[in-house]
Amino acid sequence: MSVTAAGLPDRAVSRLATASEARLMWLRFCRHKVAMASLVLTILIYLVALFAEPVAPFDPDKANARLVFHPPQMLHIFDGSVIPRPYVNAVRLTRDPDTLAVTYVPDRSRKVYLGFFVHGDPYKLWTVIPSDIHLFGPVNPRETAFLLGADRLGRDMLSRIAYGARVSLSIGLVGVTCSLLLGVIIGGASGYFGGRLDWVVQRLIEFIISLPTIPIWLALAAALPKHWSPVKTYFMITLIISLIGWTELARVVRGRFLALRSDTFVTAAFLDGCSRPRIIFRHMLPAMTSHIIASVTLAIPLMILAETALSFLGLGLQPPAISWGALLEEAQNIHSIATAPWLLLPGVAVAITVLALNFLGDGLRDAADPHAH
Amino acid sequence: MHISPDPHADVALEVRRLSTHYLLGPITLRAVDDISFTLRRSRTLCIVGESGSGKSITARSILQIVNPPGRIVAGEMLYYPRDGGPPVDLAKMPPRGRQIRAIRGRDIAMVFQEPMTSLSPIHRIGWQIAEGLVAHGMLSKRAALKRAIDLLRQVEIPDPVSAAERYPFEFSGGMRQRAMIAMALACEPRVLIADEPTTALDVTTQAEILKLLKRLQDENGLAILFITHDMGVVAQIADDVLVMHRGQVVEHAPVRELFADPHHSYTKTLLAASKKLGMAPPPARADIHPGPRLLEVSGVTLTYPAQATLFTKPKPPILALRGVSFDLFEGENLGIVGESGSGKTTLGNCIIQVLRPTSGSVRYTDRAGRTADLATMDRPALRHVHREMRMVFQDPFASLNARMTIGQCVGEPLLVNRILSGDRLRARVGELLAMVGLPADAAQRYPHAFSGGQRQRIVIARALATDPRLVILDEATSALDVTLRGQVLDLLLALQPKLNLTFILISHDLGVIRYFCNRVAVMLRGEIVEVGSTTDICDRPQQPYTQQLLAAVPEADPARRALIGDVSR
Repeated sequence: MSVTAAGLPDRAVSRLATASEARLMWLRFCRHKVAMASLVLTILIYLVALFAEPVAPFDPDKANARLVFHPPQMLHIFDGSVIPRPYVNAVRLTRDPDTLAVTYVPDRSRKVYLGFFVHGDPYKLWTVIPSDIHLFGPVNPRETAFLLGADRLGRDMLSRIAYGARVSLSIGLVGVTCSLLLGVIIGGASGYFGGRLDWVVQRLIEFIISLPTIPIWLALAAALPKHWSPVKTYFMITLIISLIGWTELARVVRGRFLALRSDTFVTAAFLDGCSRPRIIFRHMLPAMTSHIIASVTLAIPLMILAETALSFLGLGLQPPAISWGALLEEAQNIHSIATAPWLLLPGVAVAITVLALNFLGDGLRDAADPHAH
Repeated sequence: MHISPDPHADVALEVRRLSTHYLLGPITLRAVDDISFTLRRSRTLCIVGESGSGKSITARSILQIVNPPGRIVAGEMLYYPRDGGPPVDLAKMPPRGRQIRAIRGRDIAMVFQEPMTSLSPIHRIGWQIAEGLVAHGMLSKRAALKRAIDLLRQVEIPDPVSAAERYPFEFSGGMRQRAMIAMALACEPRVLIADEPTTALDVTTQAEILKLLKRLQDENGLAILFITHDMGVVAQIADDVLVMHRGQVVEHAPVRELFADPHHSYTKTLLAASKKLGMAPPPARADIHPGPRLLEVSGVTLTYPAQATLFTKPKPPILALRGVSFDLFEGENLGIVGESGSGKTTLGNCIIQVLRPTSGSVRYTDRAGRTADLATMDRPALRHVHREMRMVFQDPFASLNARMTIGQCVGEPLLVNRILSGDRLRARVGELLAMVGLPADAAQRYPHAFSGGQRQRIVIARALATDPRLVILDEATSALDVTLRGQVLDLLLALQPKLNLTFILISHDLGVIRYFCNRVAVMLRGEIVEVGSTTDICDRPQQPYTQQLLAAVPEADPARRALIGDVSR
């Protein structure tokens, strides 16, 4: 059929002609609105994780017995003025004289004004750079404003979720990197060489997949010595999770290798005199990177969920380490949920992140696969 | 032919000013642009055009099965019902409505190009044919199945009773296409749309299918809309011809008139190209004087061991090649012809050692005059041979790495063999691209920016990069349109004396072989049945198989309809 490129200037056509495969994939991806939104959201979430210290308005470990189970405060933007001046109404703690139950009553007479880049709790960014500037927080450092409430020790949930993002999201990344290395090497060898090696690897993968995941994780995680430092535990947990995760990636890589091995351009590369490593790394691997990126994006949420599940069950990271799973552990009993439902908010953070990554992965996969159109 | 007094009495379908557009964001693709034609009972209208001319979309528009984002934007398609009632406009019917569904299959039926994918793999043949009858409420299930067996008999499938019980995978391509035709004819339609029904088939099978369609038309008075890109097929079966180019009709005429006196320049190009690659005697290739022996292939056999599984008895191994022997001399063009499955591509792969022969030898004499057996050579030594022996593949879309620019693709063999690098490599790539007739700025572009014909030129440039002596062309022109096919062959012939090249051309198309080669080997079931000079093989074939093969080639001359045995019209 005749492509009448009406409305497309010559320059645009020639730009398209010299566009690499990666650029074409990006153009296709840009047409996927939901995936684009998810990409922006994912980047934001990762930025929060990276800059948890200045993003969090308070020190996540600062406890205050008088602010136990403090409810979330409503954010007001305009204080009767045209210029935005965000504030929250202050709250007074009262006790029911009969039942002694704690209730928080809004104190309309007093307002806590919030500002950007205010001085607050001191911290060390990435444990190195000392500072006390927070992205936002009460203008008066002695006041408090709990937008997402406080936990049973009166610690700010928003700050704790921001710090928890760092651990949960980086476990996703580190875990996927381990899985990817294992998956590409083992799956690639299995697909390229085929034969007996392929048979052995495939049976191994089938065996690992057939293992019930949660009990294995539990057993391995329970075997970690209690006296290990949080950092050491963190890496071991990551390793345990990725030991299972590589199988899916290995299958994807093997499948692509098998499909590509008989492709004409690979035969052409062989006849051009390319060495075996060059055929693999210059011709075959680039042809599957887009698929690998998509599978990796879809694997990250699984890692995050795995960490959350382990920590929730008390076998992953333990307090004082903060992760979304460890935070959710606090919401385990019905009493705390009944009195402070905002303790479940880390679960919302998990859900949003997982959804965003899934949509992003779907978009990447569609963009990588020209046959989808 | 009997001419009825009323000019509208035999009209089955009238298409007036049909336009089907694809709305792709800012780009509007006019796939079918304002075309009109009439289908009459007992007559065949051929729509002919190259790939992308909009001929298939025209066919799909009639049945309202255009894939989105395509849409019929204008025009009328008047279908004249069999009871002589007033015509109905198919273009006005919603694509998913009951009205059009009642017409699809019952009044207007379609046969598709790919017999391998247009039958459902999980249903028995008999039921697939009967389904239309049941769906249109014409027959009960039991009666429909009986009718399916009758239809299979009509389309000349042997043993129709047991054939109806089989699944499509048990059928060959030709049998499946027969079954498709039986399915299309099940409801006794008035109009049959055949969209390239023989393109995927071997020439001998194609001849049988064309003959079958002609017979069925004579029996049932079908109006046939036949879509094809092959002028030979047009000449054999058409009554009227419509030539399409870029979505528009460039010429519409009775077949003899069109072949005798084409008006539009595009029709002339098309006819000239198909005549050139037709069975007319080619320009003499006597200027080729074969030199010393380059290749001595003797007793090459390739067997695939049959898969022995746990539950089945081991089967005998599959013999892909059975003791193939021939010699190749420097400077000649050897054609290897055969139908699909004859082992011709396998032979090409065994010569260049992509596949290693099970037994036999491929003795190659290199530029330095040393002769060695490639079949037993190790990989490092083969790399040296692969500089002198190159290959061009069938699918121009699959043979280039989509992630490398054209410059990188063409320069790859020079780079990895450490022949050239840097500026000298770039200069040589430019030289090679110019040699195959591509602009210099092609080097920065990626393969997706090129059409099939241009890509094949790029692959040829890559093959010529290492200054080879022998190039194996594995169906190198079969994915191209007929005009491009001629151009690519002419390019290779023009380069041959300059670069001292020897060619092996593997093809199923005797026209291409006849045009390009001075010696031909005919293959059948993994064996060479006949070798000889092109003129001997084409004019005085000795073997019955070769004779059969030659007789099946559709001749691009409507006055000589040897294929369907019709001389009356």
